[in-house]
Amino acid sequence: MTDIIDTLAGLAPDSPLAQIRDRKPITRDQAQTSYRALFEPADTTDVSLQERFAVATFVAALHAQPEPTAFYAALLSRTDAPEAFTAALNAEIAAARATGPYGAYPEGPLSAEDVSGPTYAVTNTQALGPRLSAVLAHAHMLVFHPRDANGPALQALLDAGWSNTGIVTLSQLVAFLAFQIRAAAGLRVLAASVP
Amino acid sequence: MTEAIVTHPDNHEPTEFTLAMLDWLPWLEPPAEADLTPRQRDSLVDNARSKSAYFRLLARDPDILEARTRTDKDIFFNTSSGLPRAERELAAAATSRHNGCIYCASVHARHAITYSKRSEDVRRLLATGVTANLGERWNAIVAAAVALTATPIEFGPGHVTRLREAGLGDAEIVDVINASAFFNWANRLMLSLGEPAAAAK
Repeated sequence: MTDIIDTLAGLAPDSPLAQIRDRKPITRDQAQTSYRALFEPADTTDVSLQERFAVATFVAALHAQPEPTAFYAALLSRTDAPEAFTAALNAEIAAARATGPYGAYPEGPLSAEDVSGPTYAVTNTQALGPRLSAVLAHAHMLVFHPRDANGPALQALLDAGWSNTGIVTLSQLVAFLAFQIRAAAGLRVLAASVP
Repeated sequence: MTEAIVTHPDNHEPTEFTLAMLDWLPWLEPPAEADLTPRQRDSLVDNARSKSAYFRLLARDPDILEARTRTDKDIFFNTSSGLPRAERELAAAATSRHNGCIYCASVHARHAITYSKRSEDVRRLLATGVTANLGERWNAIVAAAVALTATPIEFGPGHVTRLREAGLGDAEIVDVINASAFFNWANRLMLSLGEPAAAAK
């Protein structure tokens, strides 16, 4: 299987940066194994494949990185997502864009560093359903203002029907993408910067 | 059965970045140590992690926990080539400082001091933030980590040039990218699944 980070970064297998990555095969293999654990999972009881790819498409698009956005959108389309669903998701992406990281610290000396920013909620909950709508709101917070996270945000996911295990999987999925998209973006910039 | 979050009404979260050892309290119920399945135990990689509520909670999805942990360990501990360990920890601490993860910043600031012996500089990073003046090589690493941590990502050719001028080669720049990118993963789990607490005395 092709290496996803190389693919997203546009690195050919024999390129200088791919060869640097080859020197640390565990980092390379385990990043790939992480991708497979989330997107080719053995167990989809708590989070379906379509839910995983819908969240990934949303998260990649919020990072404004074209390659991962196209990559996850293509995987979403393979789950036979109805056109109305995809259109609704794309409309939410357009409404959800922001610039991070922002958020508040526990009240005290760091409050001087609080940065305000939008709290996002899905508009078209009808098309996306209560489960996905809840998780997109949560994903937006994790992407842009993770220091605003709190217990009630997880309660909202439980109330929308997610299990404890499903919340762990979704949290890993969004957080992993924050890694994968940055690793690929950084390598892409480095590959283009000839000394 | 509807599940419910776990609350910690008596906890006073730390309100400053600190080098102190902190504890971490989960907002979702982790499996009890005795209830971990063999697969969940394996996914912890280190047996001692079964004492940690954080890792037991993540063991609810063992496949991604195990791959996450092995990715983490190789990015930070594999010094067969690339950036010195101290500067990987610096990138992790700067990323955590910028995202606002008090717990993660405390751990990796301590590691940065252990491996660099530059206690004053690391303290300044925690106290002042990511604009602290730490000398040009460290400033270039911190600036790169911060730009990569922004969403949308702001890391660009200027950051690469500055790292090269500070003496980093491509393998070392790849390590800056991986260390910072990885902490964008770690910070989000730590910040969103529980809260830091002063360590039990």
